[in-house]
Amino acid sequence: MVVGASAAGLAAAETLRRTGFDGTLALVGDEPHAPYDRPPLSKQILSGAWTTGQLPLRPQADLDALGLDLRLGTAATGLDLTDRTVRLADGSHLRYDGLIVATGVRPRRLPGDRGAHVLRTLDDALALRERLRPGRRLVVVGAGFLGAEAAAVARGLGARVTLLEPAPVPLAHAVGTEVGRLLSWTHLDHGVELRTGVTVTGMTDGGVRLAGGEVVEADEVLVAVGSLPNTEWLADSGLPVGDGVLCDAYCQAAPGVYAAGDVARWDNPLFGTSMRIEHRTHAAEQGMAAARNLLAAPEGRRPFAPVPYFWSDQYGTRIQAYGFLRGHDEVAVVEGDLAEQRFVAAYRRGDRLTGALAMGVPPRAVRAWRQAVAGGAAWREAVGAAAA
Amino acid sequence: MRVELDVPKCVASGQCVMAAPDVFDQRDDDGVAILLEETPGEDLLDDVREAVSVCPAAAIRLVER
Repeated sequence: MVVGASAAGLAAAETLRRTGFDGTLALVGDEPHAPYDRPPLSKQILSGAWTTGQLPLRPQADLDALGLDLRLGTAATGLDLTDRTVRLADGSHLRYDGLIVATGVRPRRLPGDRGAHVLRTLDDALALRERLRPGRRLVVVGAGFLGAEAAAVARGLGARVTLLEPAPVPLAHAVGTEVGRLLSWTHLDHGVELRTGVTVTGMTDGGVRLAGGEVVEADEVLVAVGSLPNTEWLADSGLPVGDGVLCDAYCQAAPGVYAAGDVARWDNPLFGTSMRIEHRTHAAEQGMAAARNLLAAPEGRRPFAPVPYFWSDQYGTRIQAYGFLRGHDEVAVVEGDLAEQRFVAAYRRGDRLTGALAMGVPPRAVRAWRQAVAGGAAWREAVGAAAA
Repeated sequence: MRVELDVPKCVASGQCVMAAPDVFDQRDDDGVAILLEETPGEDLLDDVREAVSVCPAAAIRLVER
């Protein structure tokens, strides 16, 4: 049984079938839609370049071929580890022999932000898209990747956009101060008003209120201040939950229970640390890994040791990053030039190369850096070789 | 079995090349995927299925002929 019918849950279900599991396979999802792709929501769907018909992760025929007990529009509401049952919102109980939890995350909200948009689901994206028109004033709270992408698309649609960010430099904790500053310049270049170091304290009828009392006027407000793992339904189940479902290196949370995707926090042996990753490719990779380990004999299980990867499109430029950039000790530009917005930056933690971020560089060239991260390359060798 | 690649959907992540290097490559300039082998042999199908699952744009499909 797989709970969560997005990228991780679908990859898990496909892998279970591919690995030879031919028993009953329930795929439970709280949204009414068949599994669909989320990255385009803040890009092609928000801009109107795509119709919703381009969003499903699989054609219906491919879904049908999996032979699933597909339960969409049905949230899981409880888990009993002893009886091995999952309780659903429609009152039914489903028994499982093996379970994969892939319930994802939901947007973090601000106190009293009723009426503000968030951007996580197809319905969210369509609701915001409907309201964006030339001249409309959009305030985006939070200049992370999601907020930045939405701001870029809204500018492209002719909206007047203000981006509010509490940190002095957007994304500094994620990509470092220099790269974060560069990304903030690209907003200014495109006519977005970026205000950093400001704290939103609440909503008003015509906008948002900042600490200090100032009101920033807005026709629409998008709150993009991060996400929270959907683990409430697991409370009191005995499954270990912290910031996400807590798993070992095999993505196992309890005997017969695994987790994958945005909701899963696991020990990544490649980096020697526990992490929870909200990236699209990661969801599929971990869904596959969890499914394989669930079906494997104990000695056949493999630790899940991926190099995380993400991309972001802003104003027609592609940013790509490999590795674990958070908590880095140093950032060094190893190819190209920040000012020209064509560069590769390498990230150090301790004495290791732990990540690389590229902007405006052919994606193929970045893959060599991925290999170096995957191989646990020493910083001195990897960066020394690039400088030589 | 035949591989279908939806080129306009491709986001140039290169995941398919890592999963199935005998079937996919990337263009030099923009990294968009190239299909090297439209009808790969049986021995490559597991790699292709891996690529289908791991493609972050759902741009690859394996269809029965």
